[in-house]
Amino acid sequence: MNDEYAGDSSQWAFGTGFEDPLAGVDTTVPPGVDPAELAAYCLMLGDDALIMSQRLSEWCSRAPDLEEDIALANMALDLLGQARLLLTRAAAADPGVVPVLPEGSPVPAEDALAFFRDAEQFRNVRLAEVENGDFAHVVVRLLLFSVARLAVLERLRTSPDQVLAAVAAKGVKEVAYHRDWAGRWFLTLAQGTEESRRRLEAALDALWPYQAELVAPRPGFGVDPATVRDEVDAVLDQVFAVSGVERPDRAPLPGTGGEGAHTGALAALLAEMQVVARAHPSGRW
Amino acid sequence: MNAGERAAEAARQVRDPEMPMLTLADLGVLRDVEVRGGEEGEEVVVSITPTYTGCPAMATMRDDLVHRLREAGFGRVEVRIVLDPPWSSDWISERGRAALREAGLSAPGPAPRRTGPVPLTLGPARSAPACPRCGSAATRLTSEFGATACKALYRCTGCQEPFEHVKEI
Repeated sequence: MNDEYAGDSSQWAFGTGFEDPLAGVDTTVPPGVDPAELAAYCLMLGDDALIMSQRLSEWCSRAPDLEEDIALANMALDLLGQARLLLTRAAAADPGVVPVLPEGSPVPAEDALAFFRDAEQFRNVRLAEVENGDFAHVVVRLLLFSVARLAVLERLRTSPDQVLAAVAAKGVKEVAYHRDWAGRWFLTLAQGTEESRRRLEAALDALWPYQAELVAPRPGFGVDPATVRDEVDAVLDQVFAVSGVERPDRAPLPGTGGEGAHTGALAALLAEMQVVARAHPSGRW
Repeated sequence: MNAGERAAEAARQVRDPEMPMLTLADLGVLRDVEVRGGEEGEEVVVSITPTYTGCPAMATMRDDLVHRLREAGFGRVEVRIVLDPPWSSDWISERGRAALREAGLSAPGPAPRRTGPVPLTLGPARSAPACPRCGSAATRLTSEFGATACKALYRCTGCQEPFEHVKEI
């Protein structure tokens, strides 16, 4: 990468300009691990991060104050970083998951996965994709999302795949901050004004049907999210108890995004996120 | 100086693009500098680790390392990413901490060491840094997210000034 890079200040990855976020990292699949299963697991975890990051970044310049705007942008950036590593890891484990682009296209694997898959090929939970609402909505969404993600990442630190384990170990530190941010705002809105509490409860009611999917069973390689359900319940109950909010009694939505079940919101999100990349599949940026 | 020392010395000069009072070495991001001989001449392999996964400064750090080492006479430079072990604010050197304070930033305290699940923190901030300007301990967290991924925003209730604190991770 270095020689090609010399004296060339142009950057063609669609974002940060670091072509390979796993440059120099040993991506050999460990013995006993099925490469296709490892790739599928990384895609799921990576898609969750990518789609959630995209929704969070839509908040940029729209939060109630500058500090929270910056907080949401920071969390979007952390998750984008996790998505880049996980999509790159998936592609290295099983190149068959990467969409085929025109010959000579300079688009790296992580970008091919992000920008050249259709909605039904994404494996993210639907909680990440639903349209943004008010501030209470993003607080509840982030709370539900980060409580489950943190519990899964904590267990993935001992994954037999060293790359995934390293991504998880780093992610734990980041998502712990996301979860605390969401938990504190949940408490603040619950104990704020009548209006803030009404909005919080409305958001919780609207998003709760998407919660069960976060801890739905997923057999095969990796930490099965179903195994962290008790832990996730305990943390959420702690937040609900401190806030004096009832755990909602609403039936979960059938199906999972991991099986390709998505809402119409994902296609709309992708249309916006992917339009430029798809218009120029051989473009240099 | 031999080639290894020259390469290490050159790499140690490179500063963090977002906190330029710190070198990458002081920040703990520069993990290794190795010179390998070969038929095509010497090659330098530099290993760096991101502070946060999404750190957008990695590309600039890589460019700066390549340019600095080329200036030092090394034609072939490879920059590698190391993810394990993850970066910790404990790796910021004493010199780095002094440079942060001198620039009006608050240096991180000891990073939390955990083996089990991370406890939920709904109460006040996990650390209460002293004001880097007036030294008052009466400071309040404004936000755990700041202008860069590694900093939180605080305000001193003594001198009323806001300041940035490098987070413990």
